[in-house]
Amino acid sequence: MDNTQKGSLYNPLAKLNLRTKTLITIAATSLILIVVVISSLLINSNDITTNFQAMNQAPSFGHIFGTDWMGRDMFTRTLKGLGLSVQIGAGASILSSLIAISMALVGSINKYLDGVIAWLVDLFLSIPHILLIILISIALGGGAFGVTMGVALTHWTSLTRVLRAEIKQIKTSDYVRLSERFGKSKLWIARKHILPLIVTQIIVGTILIFPHAIMHEASVTFLGFGLSPHEPAIGIILSESMKYLATGDWWLALFPGLALLIIVLLFDLAGENIKKLLDPTSANK
Amino acid sequence: MINYAKFAKFLGKKALRLIILLIFVILISFILIDMSPINPVKTYISNVVVSQEQVASLEAYWGVNEPITTKMANWLGNILQGNLGTSLIYRVPVIDVIKERFTASLALMLSSWAFSGILGFLLGTIAGFKKDTIVDKIIKVYCYALQSAPTFWIALIMLMVFSVYLGWFPTGLGVPIGTLSENVSFWDWLNRLILPMVTLSIIGVAQIALFTRDKLIEEMNSDYFLFAKSRGESGWNLIKRHGIRNILLPAITLQFLGFSELFGGAVLVEQIFTYPGIGQAAVSAGLRNDVPLLLGIVIFSAIFVYCGNLIADIIYNFVDPRIKESEEDG
Repeated sequence: MDNTQKGSLYNPLAKLNLRTKTLITIAATSLILIVVVISSLLINSNDITTNFQAMNQAPSFGHIFGTDWMGRDMFTRTLKGLGLSVQIGAGASILSSLIAISMALVGSINKYLDGVIAWLVDLFLSIPHILLIILISIALGGGAFGVTMGVALTHWTSLTRVLRAEIKQIKTSDYVRLSERFGKSKLWIARKHILPLIVTQIIVGTILIFPHAIMHEASVTFLGFGLSPHEPAIGIILSESMKYLATGDWWLALFPGLALLIIVLLFDLAGENIKKLLDPTSANK
Repeated sequence: MINYAKFAKFLGKKALRLIILLIFVILISFILIDMSPINPVKTYISNVVVSQEQVASLEAYWGVNEPITTKMANWLGNILQGNLGTSLIYRVPVIDVIKERFTASLALMLSSWAFSGILGFLLGTIAGFKKDTIVDKIIKVYCYALQSAPTFWIALIMLMVFSVYLGWFPTGLGVPIGTLSENVSFWDWLNRLILPMVTLSIIGVAQIALFTRDKLIEEMNSDYFLFAKSRGESGWNLIKRHGIRNILLPAITLQFLGFSELFGGAVLVEQIFTYPGIGQAAVSAGLRNDVPLLLGIVIFSAIFVYCGNLIADIIYNFVDPRIKESEEDG
């Protein structure tokens, strides 16, 4: 009692219990992310006007991220780019987890298929991710589609591993054995016993793929294999900024990258906290 | 003592797996390239004006219009003879390009691998030992931030700060411009290696540091650790004898499992620092449609990653005494 009162004097958060804190974190991070996406959708590409009277300006109150060599406001461009990154990240993560779910389900049918899936996971992990994304992106002709598929087809492995282990554990549990003895069909067991228990893993897994997906998309775009140069993607902005590094235009590289870092961090934070909420056993670790 | 018969059997199995894996890696990458809209003839002639007949004869010579099975059979046959083809952008055999580039990359990757491993382990140990203090919090924040930072952005910032503003290091290239390769001194080369190496290292630190921290905290809660503490051991000695001994092997294993990430990081870092390594070659090959070189690099990168995993497996199965004992029990 004495302790909590003392704590509340210094830190209002100390009064809250873990659950409330977790909920607040989730709400705050999701709010920021939603604001970023919505505001980027509201920005019309035409709003990013070129203004050659305001070329290469350092950050000021008018342009808090500065302007580029065509006088475009970097803050608007960055925001637009972040929105694009989140959209591609969303597409890739959802596709990825769909692949992971189907892989895990196929693997749970019998021992041989399980071996095949385990081997497929190893195969996809054997080529460095970035090379594989580049290959897939090239194969599909680049662009948003190529890079989304590239990221989706390389990020399903970790979730598949988690789901495989989980399903295996559930299948050997007593209540599943009991249901089998009662003559319940495989489908019934999958629907009533397995699915409700792996739903949390799927949700958390999908959210945690997000940060990786966003980062890989930006990297591949930066290298020139992803989105086309006229899209306002973060990778494009940063690869353009490289040309102006030598002239000392530091704001072109610093702020867009920092913004990307914060978005990735927020997704990570949201994912970890949702995990705590949905999977209480992991919260005690 | 290591059981040699068992070890040989293990290695044999692993070699077989590698061969099967490589065949499938080749298959997948070949199919992917074949799906792509890349036209090797166009790449080869680039901007030279040629007649329709010449294009047709080149297409026939390279078998562009043959079915994929024939193409693949031809290429596989050549690979088995050790011939990976000729790079279209460097105009020399692919194997020579890879040899030269991979050596440069290995110097970069292995030095940063070792550096990040040691630094990460140290930071992790300090953070774990000083758990919940300000030092621990600083290290944790640093690691989380780095884990979320795009590799290429960190590299850009490093380049900006140390090369452009401070001018401590050259902005790129493996050797000074205009110097013949035999005149390049070791120092020139080292000077250009340092910045990419440091960049790659500070990114690699995060994972190993967080892992070490968690493991050390786990060990610190163990019974023998508490017992040692109650006997009056403290400080560095306590950590060294009861903590580090137990967490060193898992940490080294983890570091070996990170070869894939290391390669990915090297691709980006080399591209930004224009370091003449395998990653930069892969990017140019991809951007300029040099199919033979790209396929060759994919194969070698797969071998590289496999080696890392194999070493981790060996440590796990043969070096760690605890695992051997538990096997004998069971």
